[in-house]
Amino acid sequence: MSNRLPRSWRTIVIALISIGLVLLAAGGYLTPLTKIAFSPVIAAQTWLSDRYLAIQSLLNAPRDVTELMQRNAELESEVASLQSQVIELQQQLTEYQILSSLLDFARAYPEYEYVGASVIGRDPSPFLQYVIINRGSDDGLRRGMPVVTQNGLVGRISRVTAAAANVQLITDPAMKINVRLQPSRERAVLTGSITGDLVLDFIPQSATVNPGDLVLTSGFGGNYPPNILIGQVTGVRSQDFDLFQSGSVQPVVDFEQLEIVLVIANFQPIDIEPLLPTEYR
Amino acid sequence: MPTLLAVPLFLLLTIFQSAVVSRMTLLQGAADLILLVVIAWALQERVKNAWWWAVIAALTMAYISAINGVVVLLSYLTVTGLALWLRRRVWQLPILAMLAVTFIGSLLVYMGTAAYLRLTGTPLPIFDTFSLIILPSMILNLLLAIPVYALVKDLAEWLYPEEMEI
Repeated sequence: MSNRLPRSWRTIVIALISIGLVLLAAGGYLTPLTKIAFSPVIAAQTWLSDRYLAIQSLLNAPRDVTELMQRNAELESEVASLQSQVIELQQQLTEYQILSSLLDFARAYPEYEYVGASVIGRDPSPFLQYVIINRGSDDGLRRGMPVVTQNGLVGRISRVTAAAANVQLITDPAMKINVRLQPSRERAVLTGSITGDLVLDFIPQSATVNPGDLVLTSGFGGNYPPNILIGQVTGVRSQDFDLFQSGSVQPVVDFEQLEIVLVIANFQPIDIEPLLPTEYR
Repeated sequence: MPTLLAVPLFLLLTIFQSAVVSRMTLLQGAADLILLVVIAWALQERVKNAWWWAVIAALTMAYISAINGVVVLLSYLTVTGLALWLRRRVWQLPILAMLAVTFIGSLLVYMGTAAYLRLTGTPLPIFDTFSLIILPSMILNLLLAIPVYALVKDLAEWLYPEEMEI
C-alpha cells in the first residue's frame, strides 16, 4: 500500500486548510501573524515610494519653478493694475467729495449761476498769485467774474481765452477787495501780499474788531457779490497815532490745494468809473 | 527748421512750467525753465537764431502769464544779449558761462519785473521781494542750470551737427 494520499484527498485537505485560514483571518485570530509577516513588506514599499517621489520631484522641479515664476509675474502685473485702479478710484472719490461740497455751496446761493472749472496751472511768474483754469469764453466766462469754492472767495477772472482763463487770487499783491467784518459790520479793505498773507487796512479807529471776526465781501465797488466769506481775522494792530487800524486775515480757502472752483457766471462787475467825479478818474 | 522747432518746444515747456515747476516753490520763489532754455540756447556755439528763440519764448510766456508781454520780451532779449556777449569771451568754459548768465540774467529779469510791478502800483516791499522771491528763484535757477544746459546742448548738436572734414 502506497503512503501517498490519493490526489483527491490532497485537494480536499488543501481546501479545508485554506477555508480554515480564511475563517481564522476573518475572525481576527491571524492578525499578529499578518503584522509580523507584512511589516517588512510595507517598510520596503515605503522606502521605494519615497525614493521614487524624490526622483520625480527632482525631475519635475524646473518646470514647476518656471510655472511659479510665470504665475508670480502675472500676479504682480495684476497687483500693479489693481493698485493703479485703486489710485484712480481714490482720485475720483476726492473729486466727487469736492464736487459734492461745491454743489452744496451752489444750493446755498441759488441766485447765482455757476460754471465749474479745474485748476490746471499757476502763473509762471513768482511775483503774481494767479491760477489758470480750464474754462474760457467758449463756456461763457468773461473778465471780472468772481471765482469761489465751497469755502469762500478765491479771486476773479483777469484774462480769458477761448478755452482757459487766468484767475487773480485774493492773495495777489495787486488785489484789493472791499470787505465787511462780522459781527461789527465795519468796512475795511483787504489786500494781498507777496507772501500770500491777507492784510486788512482802513479799519476805522472807532471800530471794535476782534480775532475770530469773519471777513466777508461787502459788495462795495461792484467787483464782487456781497456776503461771500473770505476769511477770519487773526490779529488786529491799533495805534492811537494811526488814522486806521489794520489786521491780518486767515483765508478760508487753501490756495495750495485748489483743484476745482466755481465761477459765478451771472455776476457782472459794475464799472463805477463814469459815476466818479472827473478829477478822480 | 530749428527756429520753427522753438514753437512746440516752448509751448511744451510753458505747460510744464505752469503745471509743475511753478508749484515747486522755495519760499515764494520758483524756477524759470523758459529763461534757462533761452540762456542755454544762446550759449551754444553753433546756434545762430538765439534772438528768434528769445522772441518765441517771450511770446509764449506772455500768452500764459499775467505779466506784461513787453516786459517779458525785453527781459529775455536782454538776457540773450548778455549770453551772446559772454559766449565770445568765455567760450572754453560753457558751464561757467551758463552759471554766470543764469545768475546775472535771473537777477536782471526778476528785478526788472519787480520794478515794473512797483511802477504800475503793485505794493511790493523791496526787502521781502528780494529775500522771498528773487533770491530763492535765483537759487532754483542755478540748481537747474546745468541739467538744462546739458539737454539743450544735445538738442543743438542734433539740430546743428558738426560738419566732418573729409
